Amino acid sequence: MFEITEKKKLAHLVYQFKIKAPSIAKKREAGQFVILRMNEHGERIPLTIADSDNEAGTITVIVQEVGRSTMLLSGLDAGDTILDVVGPLGMPTHIENFGRAVCVGGGIGTAVTFPIGAALKEAGNEVISIIGSRTKELLILEEEMRSVSDELLVTTDDGSYGHHGFVTDVLKNLLDDKKKPVDIVIAVGPVPMMRAVAEVTRPYKVKTLASLNPIMVDGTGMCGACRVTIAGEVKFVCVDGPEFDAHDTDFDELIMRNRSYFKEEKTATEEYAYHQGQGGCCDEKKTDA
Amino acid sequence: MIDPKEIRERMKIPKQPMGEQEPMERIKNFYEVPHGYTEEQAIEEARRCIQCKNPLCVDGCPVGIDIPYFIRLIEEGKFIEAARKLKETNGLPAVCGRVCPQEDQCERVCIIGKKGEPVAIGRLEKFAADYEREHGEVTIPNIPKWTGKKVAVVGGGPAGLTAAGDLVKMGHRVTVFEALHTPGGVLMYGIPEFRLPKKIVESEVDYLRKMGVDIQCNSVVGKLDTIDELLSEDYDAVFVGSGAGLPYFMNIPGENLVGVYSANEFLTRVNLMKAFQFPEYDTPVLKGKRVAVIGGGNTAMDAARTALRLCPEEVSIIYRRSREELPAREEEIHHGEEEGLVFRLLHNPIKFTGNDDGRLTAIECVKMELGEPDDSGRRRPIVIEGSEFTLDCDVAILSIGNGANPLIQQTSPDIKTNKWGNITIDQDTGRTSKKGVFAGGDIVRGGSTVILAMGDARRAANSIDEYLKTGQW
Ligand SMILES: Cc1cc2nc3c(=O)[nH]c(=O)nc-3n(C[C@H](O)[C@H](O)[C@H](O)COP(=O)(O)OP(=O)(O)OC[C@H]3O[C@@H](n4cnc5c(N)ncnc54)[C@H](O)[C@@H]3O)c2cc1C
Ligand SMILES: Cc1cc2nc3c(=O)[nH]c(=O)nc-3n(C[C@H](O)[C@H](O)[C@H](O)COP(=O)(O)OP(=O)(O)OC[C@H]3O[C@@H](n4cnc5c(N)ncnc54)[C@H](O)[C@@H]3O)c2cc1C
Ligand code: SF4
Ligand code: SF4
Ligand code: FES
Repeated sequence: MFEITEKKKLAHLVYQFKIKAPSIAKKREAGQFVILRMNEHGERIPLTIADSDNEAGTITVIVQEVGRSTMLLSGLDAGDTILDVVGPLGMPTHIENFGRAVCVGGGIGTAVTFPIGAALKEAGNEVISIIGSRTKELLILEEEMRSVSDELLVTTDDGSYGHHGFVTDVLKNLLDDKKKPVDIVIAVGPVPMMRAVAEVTRPYKVKTLASLNPIMVDGTGMCGACRVTIAGEVKFVCVDGPEFDAHDTDFDELIMRNRSYFKEEKTATEEYAYHQGQGGCCDEKKTDA
Repeated sequence: MIDPKEIRERMKIPKQPMGEQEPMERIKNFYEVPHGYTEEQAIEEARRCIQCKNPLCVDGCPVGIDIPYFIRLIEEGKFIEAARKLKETNGLPAVCGRVCPQEDQCERVCIIGKKGEPVAIGRLEKFAADYEREHGEVTIPNIPKWTGKKVAVVGGGPAGLTAAGDLVKMGHRVTVFEALHTPGGVLMYGIPEFRLPKKIVESEVDYLRKMGVDIQCNSVVGKLDTIDELLSEDYDAVFVGSGAGLPYFMNIPGENLVGVYSANEFLTRVNLMKAFQFPEYDTPVLKGKRVAVIGGGNTAMDAARTALRLCPEEVSIIYRRSREELPAREEEIHHGEEEGLVFRLLHNPIKFTGNDDGRLTAIECVKMELGEPDDSGRRRPIVIEGSEFTLDCDVAILSIGNGANPLIQQTSPDIKTNKWGNITIDQDTGRTSKKGVFAGGDIVRGGSTVILAMGDARRAANSIDEYLKTGQW
């Protein structure tokens, strides 16, 4: 059993949890993740370790409610427990002093860019971060990202805050600045965003990494659920990744594979919502409300 | 000793049949297929053993169980004693009685089998172990005083659990580190419920815990502590039993389409994560309507029979050689045939095709014929030119073997491996090339059997004990 020691709402449907897991806290490095199973009936879901506190023996995860398991987690509070937490899984981000590094975080992906940005900064890089979301309310970790960046650029799709537009627009401006060449770009966010970033940087031949988020089961290389195609070769994200060269990644295949259980996820989510008493018109208790 | 006249009498007793669920009934559920012997049947079957003075069967058992002895105890109605006798040499009799390939081991060499059906050693083993468990008669052996030594075991499969059990009985403290949330290895995530009910594995694990084995789940060695860290921090020796969990793919087009699974993933979803009870359990699995399983081993049969129970219209086995070469156990093939599996023998897939959503819709196959024998002595399958055809199918399960799990070697490069990534050991002692580290089971052998993994572990446990006592490497 792993205890939740702290819960914080960061944005609409986005929560930050601190979970007591001292041995993981001690070992984890930027870029690694854990797999959680909420209860006996639960699925195993991967979440990036956004931060850790060795003294308190906690790890931080940031989760966005997208389906049944993430809703289940979001419904927990400090003092509640999670049945299983395993990690740190995956390869740590390869950190060195690249020079000028750009971290691009889209939506919940910012939770992943934060530890990477922090590690890059620590290694002496000039870190420029671009974080974006659909709208102001959904933006997360702005202050945290600012604290590890030499420059922070914010975008919202609807223009409610920061630059009106996509992270890729701002990224393109940076790349066009011939005086200050970019040495590496690390992109984490929804798969279409990472694909777009790869397409933007490709003509500039700037090394670009993406942190991939396929569906996983065991997270130890045993099942192959997480396989992706990188430069024509099959790789297992849980043991070979999660970061890969974005220019070599078959993002279309990843999008397709992540939709594997589209129908089943919908059933599970509806089931969950129903049991929470939010079942809409078919829920007897609610009809007279 | 049994006199010749009685031997003749005994040899007239027919092999006791084992009741089982009717095929059309059992494909609707995940309950165990055979019912097991009644007490009367077990005694009658035990009487078929002629108590050989030089029992060949014992040589056929990789762990050398005193087979005539335990069978005689059954014959005398001393079922509990029989179970205890078994446990002296085999820590998991209820498991082995079910999943051992007896027909290739103990039963293959049983003298009675020369003229008729061999004594049903496996079924008797299962009977005794089940009887003990079901009658709440499991007792914990006396554990000697702590020797002051600690051993870390990597992996909670049959190899790791056996090593752990043996080592605590020798008075050492043992911690098992298991990567998954449940110990048992393939017994939990691979072999299906209808062949090996999970409550049996759980009760075996519980028994180890009661003996004092500390089992830490959710602990991936190499990611949390490395073997070096285990050795320098707390432990005097390490046994690696991390299994062969790295599924092979075929490297043919379309393999990453939605609906193409490795057998490991399909079975893990259904067995370990209980996807057959979705949405009561949260993990989904694609059931498909037409399922094709590629491969012909035990894993393929398990995947195919599991798929059948998820009620699709057709489940077929695609195998590139003929029925004779099918590596699966005869019993599994027979059960599969009864349950309506379609065998597409001498077939081989060359391409998976899908629709615009990236979902599998068909497999392109070729037909094969058998040519000259290859290095393994089996006749080499050859493609028949122009035999391509398309097989409609929406779920395909690849079961073409597993490689070695690479997690340990990545962080302990000083543990020598062969070209397939399997750890190399000294056969007699289980020692690896690294001081204080021993290994056994599938991580050494590649895909193998439960009983061979257990045999390795037992041998390694003995030499770990010796190493801990003498300190000599
Ligand atoms: C290495 C890695 C790190 C991740 N880090 C984070 C993180 O820090 N914060 C966060 O909120 N999410 C993260 N994710 C995604 C998170 O695991 C999924 O959102 C979660 O599993 C969805 O489960 P669900 O039951 O709530 O949703 P479901 O109803 O199962 O699915 C909803 C959506 O999530 C996708 N999805 C489903 N299962 C998985 C899965 N096992 N892995 C990835 N995507 C899945 C589906 O394609 C679908 O679009 C990460 C994924 C990976 C692989
Ligand atoms: C579907 C299927 C059906 C089979 N049917 C039969 C049968 O009928 N009869 C038979 O005799 N054999 C059968 N086998 C083979 C048999 O199951 C194996 O030979 C046996 O399980 C090997 O035991 P093991 O302990 O070496 O490895 P495993 O059972 O694979 O156990 C290894 C364990 O180590 C864990 N692990 C791996 N890496 C780490 C790490 N770094 N840190 C911590 N833990 C780790 C894994 O999670 C796993 O639990 C079958 C195999 C499969 C896949
Ligand atoms: S362990 Fe296996 S080989 Fe040995 S007696 Fe039992 S069934 Fe036969
Ligand atoms: S060989 Fe057969 S008959 Fe002889 S002791 Fe073994 S089981 Fe009994
Ligand atoms: S999640 Fe199973 S191999 Fe990566």
